[in-house]
Amino acid sequence: MNASEEYEIMIGNHAAAYACKGAKVQVVAAYPITPQSPVVEKISYFIESGELNARMVRVESEQSALVACVAASATGVRTYTATSSHGLMLMYEILCWAAGNRLPIVMNIATRAVGAPWSVWTDHQDAFTVRDTGWLQMFCEDNQEIYDTNLQAFRIAEDPCVYVPTLVSYDGYILSHTFMPVRLEPQSRIDDFIPPLKHHLNLGDMNVVKGVCPVTTPHVVKREEGTAPGYYEFRYSLQRAMEHSIEKVVEVHDLFAEKFGRSYGNGIYKAYKMEDADIVIFAVGSVASESRLVIDKLRAKGIKIGLISLKLFRPFPAKHLREVFKDIKTVVVFDRDVGYGYEGILFTELKSALYQLKNRPFIKGYIVGLGGRDVKADDLINGVLRTIELEKKNEYVEQTEFIGLKLDELDFLKKGGKVENGR
Amino acid sequence: MADKVKLYDIEDEEYMLAGNRMCSGCGLSLIYRIALKALGPDTIITVPASCLTVLHGMQGFTSVNKISVLNTPFETVAASASGIASALEMMGKGNEVTVVAFAGDGGTTDIGIQGLSGAAERRTNFIYACYDNEAYMNTGVQRSGSTPYGSHTTTTPINGKREHKKNMPRILEAHDIPYVATSCASYPLDIYAKFKRAKEIKGTKYLHILSPCPPGWGYSTQDTIKIGKLSVETGFWPLYEIERGKFVLSHPSNKHLDPSKRKPIEDYLSVQKRFSRLSNEEMEEFKEYVKNLWDYIKKRVECNTQ
Repeated sequence: MNASEEYEIMIGNHAAAYACKGAKVQVVAAYPITPQSPVVEKISYFIESGELNARMVRVESEQSALVACVAASATGVRTYTATSSHGLMLMYEILCWAAGNRLPIVMNIATRAVGAPWSVWTDHQDAFTVRDTGWLQMFCEDNQEIYDTNLQAFRIAEDPCVYVPTLVSYDGYILSHTFMPVRLEPQSRIDDFIPPLKHHLNLGDMNVVKGVCPVTTPHVVKREEGTAPGYYEFRYSLQRAMEHSIEKVVEVHDLFAEKFGRSYGNGIYKAYKMEDADIVIFAVGSVASESRLVIDKLRAKGIKIGLISLKLFRPFPAKHLREVFKDIKTVVVFDRDVGYGYEGILFTELKSALYQLKNRPFIKGYIVGLGGRDVKADDLINGVLRTIELEKKNEYVEQTEFIGLKLDELDFLKKGGKVENGR
Repeated sequence: MADKVKLYDIEDEEYMLAGNRMCSGCGLSLIYRIALKALGPDTIITVPASCLTVLHGMQGFTSVNKISVLNTPFETVAASASGIASALEMMGKGNEVTVVAFAGDGGTTDIGIQGLSGAAERRTNFIYACYDNEAYMNTGVQRSGSTPYGSHTTTTPINGKREHKKNMPRILEAHDIPYVATSCASYPLDIYAKFKRAKEIKGTKYLHILSPCPPGWGYSTQDTIKIGKLSVETGFWPLYEIERGKFVLSHPSNKHLDPSKRKPIEDYLSVQKRFSRLSNEEMEEFKEYVKNLWDYIKKRVECNTQ
């Protein structure tokens, strides 16, 4: 088969846009921000050229972008937006609102560091910062995965058992602006895969009068006219929907794999050389991609190492991860983000999930590549080797360790500052 | 321009039920009742955090009847209307359903101004109604951009507000939208007529309606109509329409170009506790504000005739 007939070469942002076209999104509202902008530029082109029958709301801020998506989704159409970094931070309030409304909006994040200082380059701080807002969250490692995950995201979010808005994240520049081959699926096959939107709100159905998301009491209210849940019950239902959505994520992933012949691990995580591994790297996105190379290099040195590249971050698949890590001796977590004042966010999450294990692995987390600092294979190798050393001594390091810092090149360190003291 | 409305023209149907949670004497409840009658059931209203949220009531037990409502966070009501309007267009219902954003003065002149400006610039097909009770009344009478000069609020407790009210209709007019109008809770026929007119026009329509507030302004609940009328009759709150650039004063403001036809501003200010500590200088400043307002209106009306 001639590969050039099968694949198109495109940047990650365009892969995301093609998926939205395939999913026949009806209302897109977005605001430009680096490195997300080409997604909405491409969708605008699709709409203006007539290739996609949809409305583009060219809003004046990210906050309005997500509000327009919330309102359009509540009115009864399929909606999509994309953003990065500061844009996502500006949406924060509406992220919570969309989740509370249980609206199946799909959003892409081309991940980027959050200022100050200004940085347009990638890290995962933006995506992880919104983990508690009530959105499903998935990460991608290549452009095909962006296209495929977006298609799955619409089906997952719109499933009546889920009705939870969904974020699909991919690294700014590393994927958003890097050309890779992407196989685009014929419209008829996508139509078979994503059924038309049928969701619970449909404000635009004027035959039924609705009051959507008014004020609730702390308590369930019982009256002759009916029973209204309290805020607590609404939020409980969101948590339950999130928990149950793991099964749906796997089901949709498997259906996709069956139909289109491409799979991403089990839809929750992607395992690489895990069969005989006793030491494992745990990471997402670009850091996971880089880790694959590291694993090959370390295996050549005789270290039995594997990778778990997390795809589904929210809901956090704790049960699945316990199963993976139950016989693992050592785990190294690389975070491209910081939970400031504590440690890497992914590190905290994994440790918490593994707490229930009888034989917990030795686990060590490192911060890498904030604000687009290159994450080199050697950086990750150093992290793995240091972890092995620490494990031999059974030594726990309290302070969060950053790899790839260039502090010694800064003058203030020469004036008596010590790196160990974090100065 | 709005057609003249007589009392018997007003719909009998009640879309706002009695027994809602508004304060007695609330100007907004008068405005909203009449506005819904003019808008009718083929309407989707989006409402931000405001006194109107209180009027709508609790989950499951709303006092608003036969009209679909989407609540949205404080600063977002115009973007919410944009989303609804776009979705309706995609559903082929863009012309049959009226989209209305109904917000207070804080949600309009302050925190919501960016979203409103964006929606207006995009020519979003909706009516934006601002009911202006001239402070953050729902949170306890804090100063807003729409609070008038000299007014005592809980965040201007000693000195009163030092700045004049933001002229929001002028800001909206600068967006070149097809319809901008002012009204007041004391003039139900005027409210009805202007909502009816706004409903007929495609594009962004902006209605700014003064809404007297007994607890916030400090007057007795039975005086809402009287106070609202004084705001107009003293020339503080002129009623007008601007349709496609043409400025027309509405009754009774249409006779107020002649200053002698206006009641003294003291008649309006002296009956409200929020202005009770105005000094003589502040009173003069207030008079100057009203004079400047009418100088501007005079120029606008003259523009029409040139």
